Amino acid sequence: MLRTWRQRVTLTDVFIWLIGLAIAAAVVWGTIKTLELHLYTGSGWADLTIRGLALGGVYALIAMGYTMVYGILKMINFAHSEVFMSGPFAAVFVALGLSKSGFLDRQPVLGLAIIAVVAMGVSAGIALLLERICYRPLRTAPRLVPLITAIGASFFLQYTFRGLFGSGSFGYPAIKALSGSFTIAGIQIFNTQAVVIGGAVVMMLILFGIVQWTKIGKAMRAVSEDKEAAELMGINVDQIIVFTFFLGGASAGAAGVLYTLLFPVVNFYMGFIPGIKAFTAAVLGGIGNVPGAFLGAIILGLLESVGPNLFLTGLGIPSPSQLKDAIAFIVLVLILIFRPTGILGERISRDKA
Amino acid sequence: MNIESSIWKKAIQTGLIGGVISLLLGVVGMVAAFENTYLISGVITMGQILILAPFLFESYSAIRHASSKQPLNLLVVGGLTGLMGGVVLAAFIGFNQLLNVRSVLINVSPDLITQWTFNLPLLAGVLVLLVAALITGMIAAGIYLLPSRIRGALSMAVLVVLALGLFRDLIITVILHWGFVQYIFLWIFAQVGMTIPGALVVFVLVGGLVYWRSGIDQKAINLRRSPKRQRIIRWGTIGVLAVIVLLLPQIMGMYFSEILDDVGIYVLMGLGLNIVVGFAGLLDLGYVAFYAIGAYTLGVLTTSEAVGLLHLSFWAALPLALVVAVFAGVVLGLPILRLRGDYLAIVTLGFGEIIRILVLSDWFKPLLGGSEGIQRIGQPTIGTFVFSNQQQLFYIILAGIIVAGFIATRLKDSHLGRSWMALREDEDVAEAMGINKVITKLLAFGTGALFSGLGGVLFATKVGSVYPQSFSFIVSINILSLIIIGGLGSIPGVFVGGLVLVGLPLVLSQFADFVYLIYGASLIFMMLSRPEGLWPEARRKLELRGEESGPSPQENPKPATSDAGH
Amino acid sequence: MAILISDKVTKRFGGLEAVSKVDLELNEHAIYSIIGPNGAGKTTFFNCVTGFYTPEEGKIVFKGRNITGLSPDRVTRLGISRTYQNIRLFKNMTAVENILVGMQPHLKSGLLGGIFRDPRTNREEKEAVEEAVRLLTFINLKGKGDLLAKNLPYGEQRRLEIGRALASKPALLLLDEPTAGMNPRETQDMVDFIRRLRDELGVTILLIEHQMRVVMSISEQISVLDFGVKIAEGTPLEIQKNPHVVEAYLGRGAASGLGQAKPAD
Repeated sequence: MLRTWRQRVTLTDVFIWLIGLAIAAAVVWGTIKTLELHLYTGSGWADLTIRGLALGGVYALIAMGYTMVYGILKMINFAHSEVFMSGPFAAVFVALGLSKSGFLDRQPVLGLAIIAVVAMGVSAGIALLLERICYRPLRTAPRLVPLITAIGASFFLQYTFRGLFGSGSFGYPAIKALSGSFTIAGIQIFNTQAVVIGGAVVMMLILFGIVQWTKIGKAMRAVSEDKEAAELMGINVDQIIVFTFFLGGASAGAAGVLYTLLFPVVNFYMGFIPGIKAFTAAVLGGIGNVPGAFLGAIILGLLESVGPNLFLTGLGIPSPSQLKDAIAFIVLVLILIFRPTGILGERISRDKA
Repeated sequence: MNIESSIWKKAIQTGLIGGVISLLLGVVGMVAAFENTYLISGVITMGQILILAPFLFESYSAIRHASSKQPLNLLVVGGLTGLMGGVVLAAFIGFNQLLNVRSVLINVSPDLITQWTFNLPLLAGVLVLLVAALITGMIAAGIYLLPSRIRGALSMAVLVVLALGLFRDLIITVILHWGFVQYIFLWIFAQVGMTIPGALVVFVLVGGLVYWRSGIDQKAINLRRSPKRQRIIRWGTIGVLAVIVLLLPQIMGMYFSEILDDVGIYVLMGLGLNIVVGFAGLLDLGYVAFYAIGAYTLGVLTTSEAVGLLHLSFWAALPLALVVAVFAGVVLGLPILRLRGDYLAIVTLGFGEIIRILVLSDWFKPLLGGSEGIQRIGQPTIGTFVFSNQQQLFYIILAGIIVAGFIATRLKDSHLGRSWMALREDEDVAEAMGINKVITKLLAFGTGALFSGLGGVLFATKVGSVYPQSFSFIVSINILSLIIIGGLGSIPGVFVGGLVLVGLPLVLSQFADFVYLIYGASLIFMMLSRPEGLWPEARRKLELRGEESGPSPQENPKPATSDAGH
Repeated sequence: MAILISDKVTKRFGGLEAVSKVDLELNEHAIYSIIGPNGAGKTTFFNCVTGFYTPEEGKIVFKGRNITGLSPDRVTRLGISRTYQNIRLFKNMTAVENILVGMQPHLKSGLLGGIFRDPRTNREEKEAVEEAVRLLTFINLKGKGDLLAKNLPYGEQRRLEIGRALASKPALLLLDEPTAGMNPRETQDMVDFIRRLRDELGVTILLIEHQMRVVMSISEQISVLDFGVKIAEGTPLEIQKNPHVVEAYLGRGAASGLGQAKPAD
């Protein structure tokens, strides 16, 4: 065994492991230093943690869309970030209308529900259009082609929204009922954060329930495993694919609404970075794996929120929060280099001769 | 009756799609942007073309799929499709009357409505719109029914008139340099667009010319010419083109020379990315990283400001910047080149973003200038002559393109180029053929990084400073779109892509806001209908070359008829 | 002289043992076949030999050298080539180019050679093209070199794939179902062709085949795999008489009717 091991390890592998170790060492060192310096208080860390959890919840819902579509079509829906963007963007007008008329203050729950329905509807609609126009005709094309189409669709959607609604940003109205915070065990949690975390958990349970326990969910999993076999079993693959996009789109729309509770601004490019982060989360948890997406998203949210302060300040880096997006990208790169199957993923099978 | 009703349904569906497209063009603001761009002065604007063109295309498409090709039937189908398009617009106009959507869809201005209704009062205008749509659809039928020679001539003539009208400003700027010759051509143009007589003359001339030439089999004539004559013609054409290219900055003037420079830099980088994506099949979405590295390295090494490192001259810093870029390519490439397809794309995207964030950050501010960037970057000099303006810089960029094009062309037909193509086709089998995947991929990646770095260097010296905002993901997408629409793997395609995707929006500034929308739509459209691009890759004839003495590159997109049919 | 020895090679996927302790000994210049029902692990075994998979247990020795777990490009450079069950040519490259890629182990020019075209590179390229054309003639595709691989008819594609495998001048050639999808006439052509390969080029051939006629007529030795296990080995005559083989193919109970034609109806 030792013999074969030595034959398989190449210079590349050594190089990669050195980099990995260097990064790990930097992280550990930075963390130790930060804690030594007592720069932040306990409640400071707690705040960041809660923020990270809320962020993770949003990413989880977006990641669902990526992971489900990848499971079924084995392609990255690059335009999913615009699916995420379109929901809250379209719904902001509804929200502003409701707020202006005072409806939002009188009936916050119903108002929020209406906004959510609009957002989820638009996002799901865009997702379905994408599937029908851009992806379905290219099911049998070489892999590069649908990927490029997806990239094109992503830009097309972004700039169409820009053309339609303008390049400026729109602000979501504050919901009075959700302002303020409460305290548990000395940790302050904002109402919005609680709603986001709660909402994310609920949506995740619903999605997980659908995929695990319903007939259509079983069909989805069958198509993921083996499309041809599923078709031979009488499953209408096209319908399942449409349904998958619908679910992914709806959950992205829900993610969008929750996102606006945390960051009440929408514009046409807001989808790009959260989209990549959500994809990172999906890969981190194991692409194609639904609970994995949730796990990955929570971890990523925490890393992004707590990370800069935790490891970067100790290393003496000024304004560490500028680099928080970079943390997500670095996680992405590291995961794909060291463990592409993710935390919960199974081995990605290679195409056999 | 059943079949007929499905034909109506198809026509209506297609018509509605045409209507939606036209509506979209209006609602995103493109129609309004071209409101005053007269193609033929006083007659028709580009805006009106944008309104009606979707109807024309969708009608043509519906007609092509019509089962019965009887003229009357086609007229009806075409008309119906066109009409449905108009109906969509009319419905929207009506809706807007009830519920003003301007607060949401900002481009639905009174101006837009005016354009849609041809400057007439509302009800009359809507009626005229519907009639125009109907007629457009029927024109599509007419076009379809024409014999193909006439159709070809007609389309070409219309396109040329359109192009002359659109590019009037560019053309006039160029013509003004031609001395007294200019008067031959100036009269066909008006203040905006062409004059009516001018348009008519051009239309007839071009149409006639194309019609006449389409009757002649040019290929057969070419083949019958003696090899010596062929060589003279080929070298002659190249010579003329070379002279034109060398004189371009003088011909185009300062404003357009700058556009030329931009196009040139993108073409240069496109040639590099073409090697990575087109030859080797590695989808690199982080190409902007090497662009940034090249630019910043040059900046850091040559700037006369305090933040710089060595205060070198341009020529001394250039090789260093290139080395750094290639080094980065190898270092970044090594860990990730084992990933496939989608994953490689996303990882490279991640790298590009990481570089952008680092370059912008306060952490690197002492070296890279943070959000303020680096100013006063060195310019190239030869002796005492400084390449200080856009026209002069063009020649440096041109040199870069020549080198890049040379390397790309040479590599494409080499052993290495074949290995890349094999990797692109089937990676596992290529490895089974004895190709070392890692090294071969790194060679592609590194070469691409070299050209990207060079592009960055040229960009930095052209602008004289670097700011982190110039190095976002969108640059990678720009270049990717360019090579894909030009034709993946095809070297002439890079030039075509550059001219169309970069040059066009810069020349026609009305497109400025819609550039990426067009990129996105073009990518989608291309992948769905013509994935090999506008100027597809050609395959060389090697067996012939193996049996005769000299190389004779010919285009061979389809298999040649050879002996021994089966 | 055993050119290839497989010693208790075992390959597992999760809980499934696709190839289980397979022993094989191939003599030089022999034509050797591996047969077995679908899913028996034959192609997986090929993949172990060529380095695409690394077996969990056992070792593979080629010309006296342990090649277990080496990467596929190294295995090819040592002298083993293969074709694929479902023809994996480089579809968008011409026939000549496919063969030129196959010559990889013998072509030395790299990045700089490609750019600067020094005399040595040019000479190597010229000789390579001439050699490729010669190979084309050998596989009866003369004149078709500039056709794209995807435009060739099925039988010619199969021959081209073999030509590509031959381009690296292998000592051992692995052919994975070369007669799949062929009619009797084409099959006979392929059989003659395979014999030529061994007779004229001196290549040792290891064959996976389903058509019994082919296997029995051409092989000197046959191994039978079933569920990853080698259940029989021997000359064609011995294999035909082996009850385990019949059982593997036709199911239990058929062994009793072995060697006798089934009564019509």
